[in-house]
This record gives sequence, C-alpha cells and structure tokens, in this order.
Amino acid sequence: MARILLEIVTPSRMVVSEEVDIVTAPGVAGEFGVMANHAPMVAAIKIGELRYRVGDRQEFLAVSGGFCEVSGNKVTFLCEAAEKAEEIDVERALRAKERAERRLQEAAAKADKIDVARAQAALARALVRLKVAEHARKVRGG
Amino acid sequence: MPNLRDIKRKIEAVKKIGQITRAMNMVAAAKLRGAQERVEQFRPYASKFKEVINELSASGAVNPSQFELMQVREVKKVEIILVTADRGLCGAFNANIINTCERFIREQKAQGRDVSLICVGKKGAQFYRKAGFVRQSYEDIMSRVEMFNARAVAREAMRAFIDGDSDETYLIYGYFVNVVRQIPKTEKLLPISVEEEAVEGETEKKISGSYIYEPEPEELFQQILPLYINTRVFAAMLETAVSEQAARMTAMDNANRACNDMVQSLTLLYNKTRQASITKELMDIVGGAEALKG
Repeated sequence: MARILLEIVTPSRMVVSEEVDIVTAPGVAGEFGVMANHAPMVAAIKIGELRYRVGDRQEFLAVSGGFCEVSGNKVTFLCEAAEKAEEIDVERALRAKERAERRLQEAAAKADKIDVARAQAALARALVRLKVAEHARKVRGG
Repeated sequence: MPNLRDIKRKIEAVKKIGQITRAMNMVAAAKLRGAQERVEQFRPYASKFKEVINELSASGAVNPSQFELMQVREVKKVEIILVTADRGLCGAFNANIINTCERFIREQKAQGRDVSLICVGKKGAQFYRKAGFVRQSYEDIMSRVEMFNARAVAREAMRAFIDGDSDETYLIYGYFVNVVRQIPKTEKLLPISVEEEAVEGETEKKISGSYIYEPEPEELFQQILPLYINTRVFAAMLETAVSEQAARMTAMDNANRACNDMVQSLTLLYNKTRQASITKELMDIVGGAEALKG
C-alpha cells in the first residue's frame, strides 16, 4: 500500500520521521486521519493523542498544541511538545494531574479566569499523557 | 627594588588564573557546541512555521485588523523583552546588549512614550533592578533554554499587549553572527505585521492557494499566532545562549593570552631582579675583600 511520510517536529528535536500507512491526529475541529496522497491541507492541532500505523505496528504519541501541514505526500506536524508512548513518565503525569486538579480548584475558588484556563490546559496535557500510555500498554500487552 | 619573593608569588597567582581561564574557555567551547546543536534542531521547526504563516497571509483570507495580536495602535506604551545571559565573564557581551537597550529606552522616552521591561536572564535584571520599570524578570533560565520558559515570557508579553498595557513590544537580544562576532539586535515582536512576513514569502506565493484549511483560515491564524510569538521568543533566547558561550570563549581566550604575556614579563622582571641582587652581593664581597687587604 502507498505510504505517506510523517514528520513530527518540536522546537527541540525531530520526534518522528517515518513512512506510515495512516496517521490520526486530534484536530481542533475534531479528529482526522491522513493517508497517502492526501490533498494539501493546513490544520490546527489541540492537546491530544496522535496515532499512526505502519503495517501491523501501531504507535501512540501525546502532542500539545500546534498545527500540521500536508503537501506532496508528506505530513508535517509542528507541536510545542510531542512524546512517544514509551517516553511518557506515568508517575510524573499522575503527579501533574493531581497538581493541576488542585490548582484548578484553587483558581476556581478565586474565580481567576487565566489561572483556570492554565490549570485546565495542564490537566488536559496530563490526562492525554496517561491515556496515551494506557493505550500503548493495552496494544503491546494484548 | 622589588622583592624577589613578591614577584615569585605574583607569577604563581597569574599562572593559577591562567589555569582557570583555560578551563573556562574549554567549558564554554563544549557548551557552545551543545547550544549550536540545539539551534540546528530548532531550525526545521522555525522555518516550517514561517512558511505556513507566509502561506496563510499570502492566501489573502486574512485581514490583520481582526486579530488582537496584529492590532496597530497609536504608540504610547512600549514594552521591551530584554534577553541577556545569566552569567558574566563573557567580555562586553551583556554590556553591549544593555547599552543597546538603554539607547532604545532613551529614544522611546524622547518621543514621550512609557517604557516597561521584561528581563530574561539575570544580568539584565540586575542592571535594571532599581530602575522601577521592570514588570517581570525571569532569571536562571538561560543555562538551558526550554520551550516552556519561552512560553511563559511570550504569554506575559501577549497578555500585556492584548490588555493594552503595551502598544508595541520589542525583543532585544544577542544575535549570533559567528563564533567571533555577536551583535545586539532589536526586533519588533508585537503587533505582528503581515507585510514584512509576506514580502519574504512572495516567491512561494504561487504554489499555495489550493490548500484546505481546517478550521477556517481566520480561526487557524488565531490558533497559530500565539505559537508564532512563542517561537520568536524561544529563538531569541537560543540565539542569546549561543552568543553567550561564544563570547565567553573569546573572552577567556583573550584572558589566557594576557596571562601568558604577564607571566612572561614577570619572569623577565624576576630574573633581572635576581641578577641585580647577585651583582650587588658580589660587589659587597669584593668591596669587603679589598678593604681587608687594606
């Protein structure tokens, strides 16, 4: 089957550069998939889970805000942060989740909109990390 | 006549300083390599970002006046993000950046504008500690430049701009020309002007146009612009970090050379003094012998 070149780039490194069968990304307007010979596109990405498949191998990543560009059978994701499932530190994500929940409560009590938004974003990032790690574990384990 | 032992002690001291500067030179060289690598890693991200921004603004679907971050207002308040190193001992590097900043502040004040500062890096913060117009300072983050730090700085600058606490925001940082040359650079950060971005992207204009945008270009732009500011701040911090190491390397190299020169001239003085004292002793002995002969 025809494949498409997937590149995931963050400010500090190139996370993935690989030919894949399909990539599924968390778009701002909803999840979308990209396969070979996709029409040129620019799409915004929100915090969420990014999946791609090469043959029988399925990979999971946690990404935070950014955007992706598809052109000429190549899809490039520009994200401020992206981690492969194997790289995720579950304990740290758990701690982050608890911290974010606590902050969210504190901020909500003070009715500080900016802090609420910030805590919500932090919570979303932590939850996505946990979800991605969980999915990868299920696929690998089962 | 200088004391022999004093000179000897001084030579030892200068030699020890030389050891330190040599070590610092080598450390800076190693760190410079690391920092340059990070710049290399960042380059694909930055260039792709610019490309997409250009494509979007060239598509004509974007009207600058509808975005908060592009709003051009009458300038009464100016904010400066001053990026310096955390540490000294790197020649005139920090002083040059601060001088540029000082000059810029004077110019702005001459036009009757209010100036506020965001200091990134300890040296700038120390210099302006008593000035009274530092709004925020971020210290001890330059040894390892991270995106989340840049994001915090950018977030603060954007908030001020959107709330009307500043009408224009500038970045002043150490631009890395090459290993022996780093110059302070002043760039306008906010409001984002499409014109200048579009000019650079004009050559690629023709290819685009057939893109699918998701969500609509306006909304997409709204999403991407803050991220763009993040990358601009991040880039400035990276540049400054690289420049700092390069400046330190050169400064330490010079210091090392000065040490060697000094050791040489001191050794010369030491030998001369020794010679002189021997001659004097000899003369005393000869004089004494002559006197005995009577």
